Amino acid sequence: MNTYKMTPIAGSGRECWYSTLQLAIEEVFELMLGSALELPSQPPPEDGLEITSMVGMAGLLCGVLSVRCSTKSASRIASRMLGVDADKSGPELWDALGEICNMVAGNFKNKIAGLGDGCMLSVPTVISGGDYNLRSLVNEEIRSVLLFEGEPLVVTLEVHN
Amino acid sequence: MTNIRVLIVDDSSVMRKIVERSLRQAGVNLEQVVEAGNGLEALAALQAAQVDLILCDINMPVMDGLEFVKQLAGLENSKRVPVVMITTEGSEGHVVQALSAGARGYIRKPFTPDQVKEHVLAVLTEKP
Repeated sequence: MNTYKMTPIAGSGRECWYSTLQLAIEEVFELMLGSALELPSQPPPEDGLEITSMVGMAGLLCGVLSVRCSTKSASRIASRMLGVDADKSGPELWDALGEICNMVAGNFKNKIAGLGDGCMLSVPTVISGGDYNLRSLVNEEIRSVLLFEGEPLVVTLEVHN
Repeated sequence: MTNIRVLIVDDSSVMRKIVERSLRQAGVNLEQVVEAGNGLEALAALQAAQVDLILCDINMPVMDGLEFVKQLAGLENSKRVPVVMITTEGSEGHVVQALSAGARGYIRKPFTPDQVKEHVLAVLTEKP
């Protein structure tokens, strides 16, 4: 078989990157978890987002894409992905979050003309805990805050030009 | 689709579980599931097990999915087993590379069980 499905490219200019990132996140959650993310009516509090998953991007786009959520949300995400009880997801919680981040980054770059072949993704890294500062050499940040089952989910694309 | 023996190749154990779950959700009756963490492990697994279908990631350490598909052609007992790539790499260039290497199908992550079923059904029913 030599057919495949390709989601239409949402846009290639940087002005489209925010909406493209949003679309990439929503598709991953809808297809892999069967969950529709919601836009918050007002910015939700971001304390307690103690699980951070990150994927590095290198090539035509250099930067880091991260997904932050609470431990409770991470358990629910792993539960939905793996079909296990949320309180039994265990260490797979970390890997599930890493895969989500990897798929969001891949889905995003595949929607930007030229980035599919021209941008490599790193292996995902997952950090727990919120008491840290992270500094990367970035010039631009695109940030999307959504609600997963009522809880905030923050996706950030930090771009180094 | 009944009694399918499948080899799932992915460096992420979670992703291997997700792929297996998707197959089961899609109504594929799995007689045997063999797992491998990279292409080299997959080649070794095929020395010990006969399978009907291989679902394989592209980006993996040690031996990636494209190299695995090329080397599979040299395995007398498994060279006709259809390979469907399941990967985050969804560009036209990656698809062409995979199909040129010998893959018979290509599924982009994220995917639904129905998409997996559609591709699996297509490769299992097509004539070689």
